[in-house]
Amino acid sequence: MWLAILAAALGCYALKLAGLSLPHRVLANPVAERIADFIPVALLAALIAVQVWSSGPSLTIDARTAALAFAVAALLLRAPFLVVVIGAAVVAALIRMA
Amino acid sequence: MTLLPLSRSERWPILRDALAVGVATGAYGISFGAVAVSSGLSVLQACALSLLMFTGASQFAFVGVIAAGGAPVSGALAAILLGTRNALYGLRLAPLLAWTGLRRLGAAHVLIDESTAMSLNRASQPAARLGFVSTGLAVFVLWNAATLAGALAGTAISDPRTYGLDAAVGAAFLALLWPRLASRRNQVVAVLAAAVALGLVPFTAAGVPVLAAAGVALLAGLLTRPVVEH
Repeated sequence: MWLAILAAALGCYALKLAGLSLPHRVLANPVAERIADFIPVALLAALIAVQVWSSGPSLTIDARTAALAFAVAALLLRAPFLVVVIGAAVVAALIRMA
Repeated sequence: MTLLPLSRSERWPILRDALAVGVATGAYGISFGAVAVSSGLSVLQACALSLLMFTGASQFAFVGVIAAGGAPVSGALAAILLGTRNALYGLRLAPLLAWTGLRRLGAAHVLIDESTAMSLNRASQPAARLGFVSTGLAVFVLWNAATLAGALAGTAISDPRTYGLDAAVGAAFLALLWPRLASRRNQVVAVLAAAVALGLVPFTAAGVPVLAAAGVALLAGLLTRPVVEH
């Protein structure tokens, strides 16, 4: 685990430094920029899906789905980050208690 | 671009904004710390991520993959993939900040969404530099303090499911993704990526589905035509 943490930290730092150091033309081609724009969207969406609808190797729908629905509603209402996150946790906890 | 030094009255609003942004991201830090330890990391590991990696989405991705039972190396890859956008921020900031040597090495560590945003819109180089450094440092200090607080609070909770902490992770990712969902093509990429990841869950090791979703970004980047987006 420590090795992965240090390697990932080093990789992230290298990317930051590369952006500040490399000549602009190296990374400034439109396809590379589009891919780099899409990567956070794809990864975050995949993380949400896996986090909410899987348990180990199986797909499930449980209290986490309701929590995500709350998060969507809260974000549509422009609620602050903490309200979104804590509210989602509370919704899941309440459903499990019921 | 002017190089004139800033007056006191020009400096103050920049510093005030930096502090406000730092306080706001501190809230993310608390949830990161709590989520990290409930995913199985130690308090020290959670703090190491915030101190050394210091880029929120990558850190959340790392612990998200670990929480789903993925191998640490999958978590590291997901974190690095999410860190690629910082390189693009760096490209845009390099001519604006124009730092070299040790200053550039230091600046690179606090090159994140917030410091970029608070630097790009400035009218002069001193203002851009001050916005970058003050925001970077404010977020760094408060993010790390908040991570420690959240991690300590998280260890007090024996089963994360009791308080719905596991459900909070999905909400945190959604909040990070939300601002990017304004454009139609990003919405399509998000839905496809989620579908690919879920489709792979039953058949692959944990962590692989998330990394495979990056392939959607790759394909989308190669196949879409450039359009003017706002």
